[in-house]
Amino acid sequence: MHKVRGFIAKRGTISLIGSLVSIIVGLLLGLLLLLYFNPTYALGGFVKILTTGFGSPEKFAKVLYQAAPLILTGLSVGLAFKTGLFNIGATGQYTVGAFVALVLGIQFQMPWYIGLIGAAAGGAVWGFFPGICKALFNVNEVITSIMFNWIGLFMTNLCFANMPKMLANYWGATNADRTANLTRANRSAVIPKMGLDGLFNSNYMNISIFIAVLMAVAVYIVMQKTTFGYELKACGYNRDASTYAGINAKKNIVLSMVIAGALAGLAGGIYYLSGTAQYTIVKSLLAMGFNGIPVALLATSNPVGIIFSGMFVSYIQVGGDSLQPEFAKEIIDIIIAAIIYLSAFALLIRGLISKWISKKEREEGEQ
Amino acid sequence: MSILADILGATVMFAVPLLLVALGGMFSERSGIINIALEGIMIIGSLASCLFLRAVNTESLGVAHPVLFMFLAILVAAVAGGVFSLLLAFASIHLKADQTIGGTALNMLAPALAIVITWAVQGQGLTTIYIPTWTRITQATFGGVASTDGFFARLVLKNFYLTTPIAVILLIATAFVLYKTRFGLRLRSCGEHPQAADSVGINVYKMRYTGVFISGILGGIGGLAYTVAAGSGFQSMVAGYGFLALAVMIFGNWKPLPILGASIFFAFFKIIGSYSSSIPFIPQFNSVKSKEYIYLMLPYVVTMVVLILTSKKSAAPKAEGIPYNKSQR
Repeated sequence: MHKVRGFIAKRGTISLIGSLVSIIVGLLLGLLLLLYFNPTYALGGFVKILTTGFGSPEKFAKVLYQAAPLILTGLSVGLAFKTGLFNIGATGQYTVGAFVALVLGIQFQMPWYIGLIGAAAGGAVWGFFPGICKALFNVNEVITSIMFNWIGLFMTNLCFANMPKMLANYWGATNADRTANLTRANRSAVIPKMGLDGLFNSNYMNISIFIAVLMAVAVYIVMQKTTFGYELKACGYNRDASTYAGINAKKNIVLSMVIAGALAGLAGGIYYLSGTAQYTIVKSLLAMGFNGIPVALLATSNPVGIIFSGMFVSYIQVGGDSLQPEFAKEIIDIIIAAIIYLSAFALLIRGLISKWISKKEREEGEQ
Repeated sequence: MSILADILGATVMFAVPLLLVALGGMFSERSGIINIALEGIMIIGSLASCLFLRAVNTESLGVAHPVLFMFLAILVAAVAGGVFSLLLAFASIHLKADQTIGGTALNMLAPALAIVITWAVQGQGLTTIYIPTWTRITQATFGGVASTDGFFARLVLKNFYLTTPIAVILLIATAFVLYKTRFGLRLRSCGEHPQAADSVGINVYKMRYTGVFISGILGGIGGLAYTVAAGSGFQSMVAGYGFLALAVMIFGNWKPLPILGASIFFAFFKIIGSYSSSIPFIPQFNSVKSKEYIYLMLPYVVTMVVLILTSKKSAAPKAEGIPYNKSQR
């Protein structure tokens, strides 16, 4: 009994339990919705959500393909969380990253790695603005990020619409509402597949998942093993105390947002340089950036945990795509939204568990 | 002259949703809760009222009594928005969760829910709920012949819906409630210094619930107002107007009258984008393609500049975003 409690009492375990509870309740809500809207297909649909991702190598390749940008945007949101900032601007940074990557790849015919570096730089610039506004003018980073999401989106659309070489119709296609297919415009800008596409029998497979995992490990090392990471976290726990301890809190806020922006920008680069995705000019924000928020929350901002939560969110999205046409695939978005909402309850559950354990221990100490 | 009437009329029509939703955001923030769920609240309000309008679109109900049923639709939007906003209130007041995360969850939930429900009601792939034409108020509503001849008729009656006069009434009502009633004073005190408010016997939780609920009511009506203004029916989204309303609220410095000015200003930019080629005195950007994005972007850029310039004397409620904890008094 004591051992069990000791295991539960570990903070990581409590977080994991909280996240699992959120996921299970979220999925059950999804099942209820399926049952409500179309009882005959409900159970089959639910099984599809849970099994499609592992059903075949192609589907699993799709899971990994979507997981890579999700992990990176999750890291972006998570890193900002650790510094006490809420980076709701990941979607804007993601868009700007995609923009820079595609311009370097198509307009300037650069290879893929230059595109990715450019994407990270673009995202970093988009993270810098909210950071500097917070540090110098104490403007709430949530508000600034929301403004910059839309500025980034409209600017990207405006620029693409005015760069004829970027659009698909310049390269032989008929549509002008999206960017060119990279396999036609510049093969060297496509992220290499290293034979993985043959292994998984899927065009979606490339090395991007390894880049994402590598970045997660890098963020983990920086946050856990370096002075810089310690300073970032200290600012997150208590800004005034860290300033008192001689840490330059303003510098850390800006740096944290810049790195978070770079990660989200990289995500945009990785997704759109895959060769299978084309940027479509629409007036709504890209969901990939917002989905970094549940990824970070489920992993309680732990970089290694984000690898798994990113895979999970991607997994149920692939499952959700297979729900059509019996159900709208947006049921998955409802499940994800419920999971974010429930993570608030998860915090409450975590608090209750730790309280229960410390109470038990006190009682035992008295005996 | 008729182009001027068109521009002014359309500006008012798009200012109405911004005004309503920004006033809603103001109530929530003045009580101390950051409400970034406005976008989601608008969608839910619009969804509920459009489904209602669809259901009463018959000869004996809607067509026979257009004003009455539009009024009922507005009530439906208000109730739906209010109930949906309670999800945010519960998470951020009782569970003391991060208000922006709760709001983000609701913003993700609303469009997804709207699409799923629209499919369920109308059938697979039918994603647009069309709004019946009788909702627009013209001379025909009062037994005359519909026409938009003449400057005045074109200005007022081309885009006139019941939401516009209701918005004017609500603007006056909110300003009165916020500044001239005991409730308004108490609500504002909860956003500035909840501990002090609690110490004189004000129930901070109740005030904050009320603040968020009012924001839900106004946000829901605003959602309907947006959908009738956009004109192409309800498509499970409000095109970022909830976020734009947030900018309007900040630009209006959390005060009703400046919010009115800000919403007209923002709506004007939106309209100028679509009419720019017929207005002689503004820059034309003739060589630029898809130039509407320039005008769409401008309100956000202006808000950023204003935010930076006024950051030192911002009237933002001091306690917004901080969960109130009785035990930390």
